[in-house]
Amino acid sequence: MPHTISPHIEHRLELRGIRKAYPAVVANDRIDLCVRPGEIHAVVGENGAGKSTLMKIIYGMVPPDSGELLWDGREVSIASPADAQKLGIGMVFQHFALFDTLSVAENIALALPGRPPIEPLSRGINEVAARYGLPIEPERHIYTMSVGERQRVEIIRALLQNPRLLILDEPTSVLTPQAVETLFVTLRQIAAEGCSILYISHKLNEIRDLCHTATILRGGRVTGMCDPRQESPASMARMMIGADLPSFRHRGDTLAGKTRLSVSGLTLPTQDPFGTALGDISFAVRGGEILGIAGVSGNGQQELLGALSGETPLSNADAITIDGKPAGHRDPAGRRRLGLCSVPEDRLKQGSVPSLPLLENVLLTANRNGAIRAGLIRFDRVKAYAERCIQAFDVRTPGAQAQAGSLSGGNLQKFIIGREILQEPGVLIVSQPTWGVDVGAALIIRQALLDLRDRGAAIVVISEELDELFEISDKIAVIAGGRLTAAIPIAEANRDAIGIAMSGQSAGDEPDERASKELAHAL
Amino acid sequence: MRFEPRPNPSRIMILMSPVIAIALTSIVAMALFALAGQNPLEALIIFLTAPLADLYGFGELLIKAAPLVLIGVGLAIGFRAGIWNVGAEGQLTVGVIFAGYVALKFGPAGGWWVLPLMVIAGAVGGVFWAAIPALLRVKFNASEILVSLMLNYVAALWLSWLIFGLWRDPAGFNFPQSEPLAPDALFPILIADTRANVSVLFALGAVVAGWLFMNRSFAGFQLKVTGLSEGAARYAGFGVSRAVWIGMLASGAAAGIAGVGEIAGPLAQIFPTASPGYGYAAIIVAFLGRLHPVGILLSGLLMALLYLSGDVAQMSLGMPSSITGLLQSTLLFFLLTTDVFIQYRIRFQSSNRQGAAT
Repeated sequence: MPHTISPHIEHRLELRGIRKAYPAVVANDRIDLCVRPGEIHAVVGENGAGKSTLMKIIYGMVPPDSGELLWDGREVSIASPADAQKLGIGMVFQHFALFDTLSVAENIALALPGRPPIEPLSRGINEVAARYGLPIEPERHIYTMSVGERQRVEIIRALLQNPRLLILDEPTSVLTPQAVETLFVTLRQIAAEGCSILYISHKLNEIRDLCHTATILRGGRVTGMCDPRQESPASMARMMIGADLPSFRHRGDTLAGKTRLSVSGLTLPTQDPFGTALGDISFAVRGGEILGIAGVSGNGQQELLGALSGETPLSNADAITIDGKPAGHRDPAGRRRLGLCSVPEDRLKQGSVPSLPLLENVLLTANRNGAIRAGLIRFDRVKAYAERCIQAFDVRTPGAQAQAGSLSGGNLQKFIIGREILQEPGVLIVSQPTWGVDVGAALIIRQALLDLRDRGAAIVVISEELDELFEISDKIAVIAGGRLTAAIPIAEANRDAIGIAMSGQSAGDEPDERASKELAHAL
Repeated sequence: MRFEPRPNPSRIMILMSPVIAIALTSIVAMALFALAGQNPLEALIIFLTAPLADLYGFGELLIKAAPLVLIGVGLAIGFRAGIWNVGAEGQLTVGVIFAGYVALKFGPAGGWWVLPLMVIAGAVGGVFWAAIPALLRVKFNASEILVSLMLNYVAALWLSWLIFGLWRDPAGFNFPQSEPLAPDALFPILIADTRANVSVLFALGAVVAGWLFMNRSFAGFQLKVTGLSEGAARYAGFGVSRAVWIGMLASGAAAGIAGVGEIAGPLAQIFPTASPGYGYAAIIVAFLGRLHPVGILLSGLLMALLYLSGDVAQMSLGMPSSITGLLQSTLLFFLLTTDVFIQYRIRFQSSNRQGAAT
């Protein structure tokens, strides 16, 4: 797969004055961007900064309202992904587009022009796989693969078309630290052969590690260009959010009290053929303690949250106890009465009803303590609660009457977490507290969790962001393949061992024996 | 030209959509009148105003609107929760059967309690018939749409069987009809010199109770959430089963009571066809009224007017009275069409400058 480097052409891709407006928002405004051959170019910005729209414009999925696109110095118009592929642009999406029940080769064949026969294609796949150190078996079915392996399939699919520009959208959000390292080796090799890479991310440490140039977006505009290797994460964050990061009050010493949440022998078969069964999960969290649960997504986090929150009531009442009271058989409302609140992963499909005003969203969970009298809603009390929540958690909104769906991700998340915290739960279960949330909101949310912990609550945080877990947890455990490792104090935890445990027990990225051996060693 | 999602549902369109649908239906009506050789505008005016020329006509409007409003409010409770009961016609019919039994059995002996007992029996009958699809939905996830629809035919056959057999009036010259109901089994007249009876109050009561339930009660809120977001309902612990039960049984009870109004009203007798399709028309009423009790009150009056106008069409315009059904369905068709514009708007040209970036 020869990549020709053309020394005369300075820029492989150049964008001039790209603009794209949607009904409610200008997603891109006057964007200029240049990518040289062989360059790994980061596009950095918070959620909603316009990164994804820009990439969709380059890949021909969204037509720009105005502006020019130059490819190898010539103006082009890219009307569809097929056009983009013809030019030599490949894209690896954040959410993979693979058919679970087909094999690797079949999936790739579907995406290539002319539907190549499977046999020679499999040889091609093996060649690319060997060349870039991306081991994959062409005849394996997707549903047997870990997320990291699925991403490999996507990358190979893109590489098979000899791209001269590869776009990767948040590629590390689903990977273990080890898998990230492996990916970076591959990407550096691809770039060294002359292929340009556009790397979209909000993880500043990774960008400093990998990228040669960074373009920073904020609110749909370019707010800076830099060489990330010369910058500190703080200086890049400043360009990204337009202000210094708010200071973060560091957590105090552990003041753990008595056990408030205890889970023992929690086993839950799955109904969904692609779901994860939970196997014999046991842990306990004391008051004043945050237990972080790390793991690659799809390893049972959703099922665990459902079992803890009460969405999936258990037949065994004693499998879960809240302040010593059996709660396994109770539904979410019953568990809330015992003092257990929860924050789901998906704030628009579960945590709130987007079409209802904030004050009605309060009633989803905060419906005790006088909010209802004789079956009727006391709207004055509910409104007061919503306003208290808006104020205490710095939710930016016109008011309690605003539709939940009109809030930005970060503001809605602050509202939802605030709604739960203001109920002063004895136990709080939070899934992905800062997923897709801007840096400022993430800080407020983490601070609020720490404050609740200091008031004596037991908190479980399920997250895919290791950095976050290391920042706020007192103890950390890893979920993999529906099983949970023993929790260890954060001071004794080491990132590499956690990473191996994240991949190890499932049909993961690392050979099984090695992983479990290292795990045994490390934990 | 293409459809583009609006950032927020248009509040204006939520209210304007029924108005536009009514206007478009009027145009269709005028076209039909023109085809029948009438002056379209004059015919439309006659069509809509002739039924209300006097107090008696106004009473007729109320008596026709009452069951539509009553059933419409009941259906709206379920529809808001995403529970699609299309079996109100059958629930009404079973309400007729239950209340009819009470009326025929105890009516002649008399007593003030006969009528209240009939209302209760009618409600129980409607609830019973609605409980069948509810149970099947909760236990086996069977579609309540199909089950409730099919039960309409079952209920109609039961009623026919009774009227053609057990309940046939011996003095009725072999016509399929019951004995005339006793005076104690009839609703008292509400407005003198009209046929408008107390059943109108049931409809008004349903509007008030429905508003209170849907907009002020926690149970109504739970139902609303269930209809809007299954995920949020599960997270909050609002059970879907509960919503199915409340939604189905509330509309069943309303339909059953409406059935009582039919036999205890002007007819004062039980016929094999219990209603002129009120159970189906009420679905249109519910949607035309935006699933809001006050809106349903207004749309129920409009639909009732269409029923009366059908008679006018037959008598003064020389057209078949089936024009009522035709215009009712046309109205629903246009309503569903214009409702699209609540969530979407049309863009005629994808120009370079987008003006709507607000």
